Amino acid sequence: MTEITPAIVAEHGLSPDEYARINTLLGRAPNMVELGVFSVMWSEHCSYKSTRAHLRKLPTTGPQVIQGPGENAGVIDIGDGDACIFKMESHNHPSFIEPYQGAATGVGGIMRDVFTMGARPIAMMNALRFGEADHPKARHLVAGVVSGIGGYGNCMGVPTVGGEVNFHKSYNDNILVNAMCVGLARTDNIFLSAAKGAGNPVVYFGSKTGRDGIHGATMASAEFDDASEEKRPTVQVGDPFAEKLLLEATLELMATDAIIAIQDMGAAGLTSSSAEMGDKGGSGIELNLDMVPQREPNMTAYEMLLSESQERMLAVLKPGREAEAEAIFKKWELDFAVIGITTDTKRLIIKHKGVVAADMPITALSDEAPVYERPYTLREPASGTPTYDKARPVLASLEKMLGSADMASRRWIWEQYDHSVMNDTSQAPGGDAAVVRVHGTKKALAISTDVTPRYCKADPRMGGRQAVAECWRNLTAVGATPLATTDNLNFGNPQKPDIMGEIVAAIDGIGEACRALDFPIVSGNCSLYNETNGEGIFPTPAIGGVGLLKDASKMATIAFKRDGDVVILVGETKGHLGQSIYLREIEGKEEGAAPKVDLFAERRHGDFVRKLIETGRVDTCHDLSDGGLIVAIAEMAMASKNGSGGIGASVVQASIADAIGFWFGEDQARYLIAAPFAQAETIVAEARAAGITVAELGKTGGDSLSIDGKSSVAVSKLQTAHEAWFPDFMKAEL
Amino acid sequence: MKAAVIVFPASNCDRDAKTALTEMTGKSPAMIWHQDSELPDVDLVVIPGGFSYGDYLRCGAMASQSPVMRAVKAHADMGGAVLGICNGFQVLTESHLLPGALMRNAGLKFVCKPVTLRVEETQSAFTSGYDNGQSVMFPVAHGEGNYYADDATLDRLEGEGRVVFRYTANPNGSARDIAGILSEKRNVLGMMPHPERVVDGATGGTDGRKLFQSLIETLS
Repeated sequence: MTEITPAIVAEHGLSPDEYARINTLLGRAPNMVELGVFSVMWSEHCSYKSTRAHLRKLPTTGPQVIQGPGENAGVIDIGDGDACIFKMESHNHPSFIEPYQGAATGVGGIMRDVFTMGARPIAMMNALRFGEADHPKARHLVAGVVSGIGGYGNCMGVPTVGGEVNFHKSYNDNILVNAMCVGLARTDNIFLSAAKGAGNPVVYFGSKTGRDGIHGATMASAEFDDASEEKRPTVQVGDPFAEKLLLEATLELMATDAIIAIQDMGAAGLTSSSAEMGDKGGSGIELNLDMVPQREPNMTAYEMLLSESQERMLAVLKPGREAEAEAIFKKWELDFAVIGITTDTKRLIIKHKGVVAADMPITALSDEAPVYERPYTLREPASGTPTYDKARPVLASLEKMLGSADMASRRWIWEQYDHSVMNDTSQAPGGDAAVVRVHGTKKALAISTDVTPRYCKADPRMGGRQAVAECWRNLTAVGATPLATTDNLNFGNPQKPDIMGEIVAAIDGIGEACRALDFPIVSGNCSLYNETNGEGIFPTPAIGGVGLLKDASKMATIAFKRDGDVVILVGETKGHLGQSIYLREIEGKEEGAAPKVDLFAERRHGDFVRKLIETGRVDTCHDLSDGGLIVAIAEMAMASKNGSGGIGASVVQASIADAIGFWFGEDQARYLIAAPFAQAETIVAEARAAGITVAELGKTGGDSLSIDGKSSVAVSKLQTAHEAWFPDFMKAEL
Repeated sequence: MKAAVIVFPASNCDRDAKTALTEMTGKSPAMIWHQDSELPDVDLVVIPGGFSYGDYLRCGAMASQSPVMRAVKAHADMGGAVLGICNGFQVLTESHLLPGALMRNAGLKFVCKPVTLRVEETQSAFTSGYDNGQSVMFPVAHGEGNYYADDATLDRLEGEGRVVFRYTANPNGSARDIAGILSEKRNVLGMMPHPERVVDGATGGTDGRKLFQSLIETLS
């Protein structure tokens, strides 16, 4: 037997203190198999040991919440017996090493989390961050990630309906690939992972177990260095065909009442799924690895327990229902095996080739996993107003910004995703939020993922607030009532007090916004150690939100609809240029304070705008975010007439004197709406009566965008700049 | 009109086909599992989009060998109508119910977007409700929709009025902008664009309704 040396302990990502704790919990030294199991179960990825104490501060409840964090995904009530199940998860490290498979298996993993709970996935979203566009690896990573997401999602027949993409040098050697899955179930048919009761069969189904992905969870919990690409063998390989079969077979099994508990095998595969099921059910689990369907001969217990082979599930069935389940998996040509039994010992016992390969108390793997109150320092938020050239012509800057890496059209990406399969996509990528109908009803779900990492870097707490507020605003802008969120917290190394401070402050900001906006967090994922050679990424707490439109026919879109509509700005414009896209793209400065997020104003302005949409008075709305007011107007014009950009606008500067601040400032809590002249006057009067700042900026019409009657630019010219950047960038791909 | 939809293990537009047929005919089509070797008595068989067997081999190659395809061939041989959409078109060429082959898109990428098609032929059960030369907007969503056949076959297809739909802006490099073709007996149509996704105005348009209406009028 291999002797466990301090070097082996360190290779498993465990500290000497953690190893000592394992010895205490077991009452003896672990063997290699047990050490492997502890290393994954106690990894940051599985145990949330650095963040757990802080995540507890987030609001997770509300009348709409059926299941909050702790299960495979969150569940909310969307009325009429329908439930929406969703979660976002990262696959950052694997995607940097092997972008196609990393991204593909990220999609597969999050889909399994959702259908494990009884939901049919109906929409996928993703939040991607790449390094600078001219980084030598950028094209390779963009091309691989996009085709990996498409390759998996398209085969599954689940539409990928939206997302966000940023380019910044802080991600040069550590890209972020966060995927979100949204599914639908009935509230009375939701499946959990608690393996309650003893003497019940533990069954394995799906693909066979191979040697791929061993120690993926440990890899995801370590910093990258130049040798990380040698870890390519630890990236799993996805098989969307197998996942499609697994989805259909699992849902078919769920239509029977044979299942007691079910859990997908994600990070740390068999180990994590069995320990979690036993832990939640307060039971023990005994597995016989000889029964596990294996892809390769002579696999060891260590390899089988730590394998992250994809497209596998573990379930506990009611006794006597095995044959019925087996028939379903046989029909779908998937492996099925009874591999163990639940017990009342609260121990995880692994047998292999007639001997006990591991024997551990389950609580030692879960509840007793270390929780760290890591030391942190909160740095002073960036402050001040940067200087800029106030005389620069507005429309030339606009054109330049629309054709920049962060602002350009993402059509090159989303045309590679099947976004219309399932035939319920009411709003495709390109708007504020994706809108997907609840099949066979007039209801629809709105979905958006948001975070502005440069704000988070300047001021993690305000940035955390802003991520939530912008998501809430995007859902509102299509007319949906925001219901709940999932968070994907991407940060650097939590053992550095400054990074830990970013985590603590961002979670505080997220919590404040979620509470103020009644927008609880029902699921989530943390990805830490996103650093390369000691340099952390921008703090990137991505927020994925879901909202409900009771009547999808009332949905608003950003596109101008008619000539002669009055363009109305809702919310106050102070001309905040700190950390703005304008400052970065035009003045070359990443400076100043992040914009303040006034949650009271967010709520008041959002509720006002939503009401206008819900009552059918406004069908054209856009939230204001990156690039500010003039960018939003340009986007509304470019989206008109099915994206042909047929309807322009003439608008004038209102409220403040500084033209740059007015047109490009990124003040929060603002929307643009366009309404027919006859309605506009009443809308403005109602807003003013409610104490909401509004301004009439001008009218839609013509085929150009004109400001102050002095300068103008053809919408088609803006369109060209906006559409050209991505295809031009990727042309050098091969 | 009675219809059946074939379900391969990784078909993924089977539900969309079912929804569209139910909406248009007022009754639910029969859903036929790929292992079945018999079809019920139906007027129309739809082979839906998706990835049939994962399509790791040539798209549709494995599906063409499945038990149900023998029954589909028999149905077509008897003059029964068959509509293959997207992966269904690939299955039909692999089964030799239609000539030619569908190759990887010229741009080497999956492409999903609405495309404008010209209706080239209204002398068919599938298109009799359209006007000749009419423009319609259907979405495409495929990685391998680049239609190929030798020049003699293409000449013959054109000469016999069997090119039913043509792209006005070719998204995939298809020979002669071909989007959909008929069999010799004009009872089998294969097309890459998705008519079943443009039946319901709330999700992209209604230009596909006439295709189903034509079938209902001709086959009922």
